[in-house]
Amino acid sequence: MKKIAFGLSTVALSLAAATAQAGEVEVLHWWTSGGEAAAINVLKQEMTDAGHTWKDFAVAGGGGESAMTVLKSRAIAGNPPASAQIKGPTIQEWGDLGFLTNLDDVAKQGDWDSVLPSVVSSAMKYDGHYVAAPVNVHRVNWMWANPEVFKKAGASIPTTWDQFITEAKKIKAAGYTPLAHGGQAWQDATLFEAIALAKGSKFYNSAFLSLSDDTLRSQDMIDVFTTFKAMREFVDPGFSGRDWNIATSMVINGEAAMQIMGDWAKGEFTAAGKKAGIDYVCYPAPGTSGQFTFNIDSLAMFQVDGDDAQAAQQDLARLILEPKFQETFNLNKGSIPARLNMPRDKFDTCAHASMDAFLASSTTGDLLPSYAHGMAVNSMVQGAINDVVTNFFNSESITAEEAVDKLARAVKAADM
Amino acid sequence: MTTKSANSGSRTTQSGRPARLSLADWMPKLVMAPTVVTTIVCIYGYMIWTAVLSFTNSRMLPTYKFVGTAQYERLFDNDRWLVALSNLGVFGGLFILICLVLGVMLAIFLDQKIRAEGAIRTIYLYPMAISFIVTGTAWKWLLNPTNGIEKMMIELGFEDFRFNWLSDPDMVVYCLVIAAVWQASGFVMALFLAGLRGVDGEMIKAAQLDGAGIFTTYRRIILPSLKPVFFSAMVILSHIAIKSFDLVASLTNGGPGYSSDLPANFMYTHAFNRSQMGLGSASAMVMLGCVLAILIPYLYSELRGERHE
Repeated sequence: MKKIAFGLSTVALSLAAATAQAGEVEVLHWWTSGGEAAAINVLKQEMTDAGHTWKDFAVAGGGGESAMTVLKSRAIAGNPPASAQIKGPTIQEWGDLGFLTNLDDVAKQGDWDSVLPSVVSSAMKYDGHYVAAPVNVHRVNWMWANPEVFKKAGASIPTTWDQFITEAKKIKAAGYTPLAHGGQAWQDATLFEAIALAKGSKFYNSAFLSLSDDTLRSQDMIDVFTTFKAMREFVDPGFSGRDWNIATSMVINGEAAMQIMGDWAKGEFTAAGKKAGIDYVCYPAPGTSGQFTFNIDSLAMFQVDGDDAQAAQQDLARLILEPKFQETFNLNKGSIPARLNMPRDKFDTCAHASMDAFLASSTTGDLLPSYAHGMAVNSMVQGAINDVVTNFFNSESITAEEAVDKLARAVKAADM
Repeated sequence: MTTKSANSGSRTTQSGRPARLSLADWMPKLVMAPTVVTTIVCIYGYMIWTAVLSFTNSRMLPTYKFVGTAQYERLFDNDRWLVALSNLGVFGGLFILICLVLGVMLAIFLDQKIRAEGAIRTIYLYPMAISFIVTGTAWKWLLNPTNGIEKMMIELGFEDFRFNWLSDPDMVVYCLVIAAVWQASGFVMALFLAGLRGVDGEMIKAAQLDGAGIFTTYRRIILPSLKPVFFSAMVILSHIAIKSFDLVASLTNGGPGYSSDLPANFMYTHAFNRSQMGLGSASAMVMLGCVLAILIPYLYSELRGERHE
């Protein structure tokens, strides 16, 4: 790629010329909630300490949809920010359009290839070159539970989905909501993904990464849909459109027993002054204990003009991977650091479990990108799967067989 | 606007003055020019651009690889789009009908020279001052089965009371109708009230002298004379219905599933969130078609009316 090569040479020149140059970086992100804002402020401070100017470009909105819309309009106008919060296959889409710059020099200096697990580093590369820096790793297949509710209902923590159904019935009979859930497409997808994951990593890979038509139409997939539909009777009637953090608060205040949600839910428990292992417990989603579906946030770097600006941008990338930032950011965010071999004494038990699973699964092939959070497939395919999943969960008339057929056809149509 | 200034220009030359145009003749055109240019570029230009994009396979950013009508075929093969279109039919039809009926009734009641008319009129008109986002959020709480109307009725002692339309895929579109009617019927009332006040009092007196009751007077004399008001109300309400986006975004967000999606929400999701700009543009063009289907007969009748005068 010519652009990459050009970027590489200018970067090398600017680094050689003046490493201490002060420049401005504009960072587009959607870390606007309390804990998130605190997390990103750490980076802002470090950049200011390094003598650079930080221009904050925060666009509120949980999933970052509005931020992406703004980014696109800026890119079309030929004025993208120096850095933007982009993740997963979207990095590749931007790379294809020729917008991203080359970070290979910083990566070499920081030895990114060895401090990052290969699954993380490969997600940060376009065409073999680093174009983005990872800030954290979220584990998506978590189950958060309120032990008090389990005790009152005489139920035990389920480790398979069959057992989940048995225990949930007990909890429901005791007058509690078994599953705290918000009826938004991405939350339905998170639950669906956890159930599909229990069918094994091979099945998951074949269905959501290779998008194999045979797997999408298989009996296993029909089973996944059937189990998924069984969850419908364990949610309360007001679940429609509820935000995930409201669902988490139902577990916190003892209205509901469990929630299937990524580890950002931990931030809510912490904010409510709850202690891991005492007031709430975290388990892998039923049947997925050795597996790890990841959601990695990253800052991708856009091509900018001017030596100063480029130097600042390279500094930003370097600082993101420094252990200090990785630790402070992730303590605030509830996730775990993207780099390996970090001191872990400040993290809680859930984070420790997450780190252990991350390391172990990376060697067994059970470390998988989360489709529900846009790490596995592009936004078109992801949206098509979500449409089928959420429509099936809410409709009373579609059978699992019909849903599987719809799924296979929708994926094919979106993948064109 | 341009046609009017052109008319006045030609009229002055016809009235016998020299053909050379003075600054005073140019002034209206000069003043109007920026507006005309921005309208042409920002409205018609982008309309044409959207039309062009709908025939390309644009994904994240616009590209100009033309694929014929493939995007339209995909669009009408998409279950979610069909749901959105049929929702628009149900929502639009009911919303316009109920708003008109309620608005006319309220206007007639208010027209009976009752006490505190000003206060009552303000109360009914007030929802219009609120954005659809606020309306949607408020009704979301009211209609939520666990903490809204249903809970209130159960606490009042009606244990079996059920009102869970918001989480029922078959009924949720009626929730949109409820909220939208609440918002807009006061506005229709105000339109009709103004119309009613403009009806010639002599005509009503004459009808009453002929022995017509109040019901007959309204049905045969007053309401037929309000036809232009009916028409304006229809046009305003139908364009509110077609462009409805904020109400869905705040009240149901398209859910449960995508059972309460409207075309505008479909367009936004696909063009901006899912990197399917081509498909999104195609859906936008279909919406434009819907608007034109209402606008063209309206403009036609307006222009024809002018010629008759």
